[in-house]
Amino acid sequence: MKTFKGRPVVPGSVTAPALVTRQGFNTLASFQKALMFGDKTAKCSDQNNPDLFGKPMAGKALCLPQTIGSTTGGMVLYSACAMERQPAALLFSGPIDSLAAAGAILAGVWSEHPMPTIDSLGEEFLQAVQEGDTITVKEDGTVTIA
Amino acid sequence: MKLNDEQQRMLDGSEGETMAKVMKTLVMYGETFGAERMVKVTNLHGHLVTSFGLSMMGAVQDLMDELIRNHALSRQSFSVDPRPMDPNVPANLLQKAVFQYMYSKQKPYEKQLEQLGLMRRDAFTCACYFDEVGNKPQEGDILSWAESSAVVYANSVLGARCNRNSGIIELFGSIAGYVPEFGLLTDEGRKASWIIEVKTSKKPEAQLLGSAIGQKVMEDVPYIKGLDQWIGTELNAGACDYLKDMGAATASNGAVGLYHVDHLTPEAVRLGESLINEDAKTFVIDDAVLEETKANYPMIWADPNASPKLAFIGCPHLSFTQLNDWTTRITEALKAEGRTKVAVPTVVTTAPAVAEKFRETEAYQKLKDTGAVLSSICALMYMNNPLCGKMPVITCSNKLRTYTTARYYTEAELLEIITKGGIRS
Repeated sequence: MKTFKGRPVVPGSVTAPALVTRQGFNTLASFQKALMFGDKTAKCSDQNNPDLFGKPMAGKALCLPQTIGSTTGGMVLYSACAMERQPAALLFSGPIDSLAAAGAILAGVWSEHPMPTIDSLGEEFLQAVQEGDTITVKEDGTVTIA
Repeated sequence: MKLNDEQQRMLDGSEGETMAKVMKTLVMYGETFGAERMVKVTNLHGHLVTSFGLSMMGAVQDLMDELIRNHALSRQSFSVDPRPMDPNVPANLLQKAVFQYMYSKQKPYEKQLEQLGLMRRDAFTCACYFDEVGNKPQEGDILSWAESSAVVYANSVLGARCNRNSGIIELFGSIAGYVPEFGLLTDEGRKASWIIEVKTSKKPEAQLLGSAIGQKVMEDVPYIKGLDQWIGTELNAGACDYLKDMGAATASNGAVGLYHVDHLTPEAVRLGESLINEDAKTFVIDDAVLEETKANYPMIWADPNASPKLAFIGCPHLSFTQLNDWTTRITEALKAEGRTKVAVPTVVTTAPAVAEKFRETEAYQKLKDTGAVLSSICALMYMNNPLCGKMPVITCSNKLRTYTTARYYTEAELLEIITKGGIRS
């Protein structure tokens, strides 16, 4: 078991299996098909991301360095939350980017399905976590990998 | 974050619960990035990234309904990214049916945009800063914009100040009239942490240079040296068009929101190398780096040797000068081949206001005679139709390559393909 401490951007508690991308997460490309064609498991549709392509994202603790891509990113994350197809948590190794922060905060303020979001967990976090690990997130930004 | 009395009253609900939620969102957003205060949005118009009424956007439309119902409207009028559909752009019946399903909320969404503060019914373009469109900020203006290519242009070429905001957040800034001060809104945040030295043997392809820079620096600010020898030291139409295309590639291949070009862009001219942080890293871009950058793009066509079914030119939208240049290049290349029509269906895109001006010129008829289609569509939204995404589409836009299955060629290569046919490996 390994424990990391980050900064809660949107605080929350959750336990979920890990899904890991070690490259930038393109929010629009990843969620587009799931949101458009009613896939409740939200399979990742970004064919440029071999870590995630085709894998269900809904209900997973998504571990990532940052989000990239279109500035619709925050709106897409918000929509995913409002439609209950969002990851259980977003866990960033570095400081969160402005697009992901917008999505997480919009979901926290405007939807009934907030998505706990922690950033600055450190490079070691992304090196240590593996797909399928059980992740526990606490309100204070503590993240445990089991 | 310290708020002034007006901002605090908004947050406390003096203008209603919805406005309080708008302000709460902006405060949380700012505090995440260490903003200590909110600053006034000073330019005339906003710019929104979300131009498409996707069927998936019910939640966004509900949010916008709440804003409209509770009179939380934009304090400034705004332009919006390009529309996702144009009946003049080639598509088969099945593709058209999918478009109708995908963008089934387009009409009601545009109605909402009008209620919230759309500048004009045709204010749909990613290049809102063109003179013909009329949303061109002044140096030093504070903006609440999204659309990565427009933000990087406004920051870098116009010297305005804007963060890389997300869709919805940019609308909230226009509604509140304030944005949190952090990142690219501050002097410190506009300093360069990379020096890019351009040492190529010829003028680098704008879209490739931007790609190489974006992939290297990601979200950092680069200070570019050596480019003025190729595009000059004056921000004339040619230089602005070059920087538009280069910047869009830096923003989409990385996450660049601002670059400085030595002896050319306003802050570099005014402040020079004092804009460079002491610990800045250096990246030299020569011919080999550009070749390697291009060679590393993934091939995601099912059949790499497929004949292209469509070509897109103009992502971001072309300027009036670029439209004329492309018309000349296509007509002269066809003439040299002894042909009159393009060999690959070709769509040339520009802002509606630029298209209107262009349609009044002789060049428009020449372009039309080649068989190329003039449109104001968003090529990216077209390619997001899964049936269009499966087609072999080519482009000279690195942004379109990054976000879709479109295959990238330099402008010269693309011109050759659309005027001669076939494909280059």
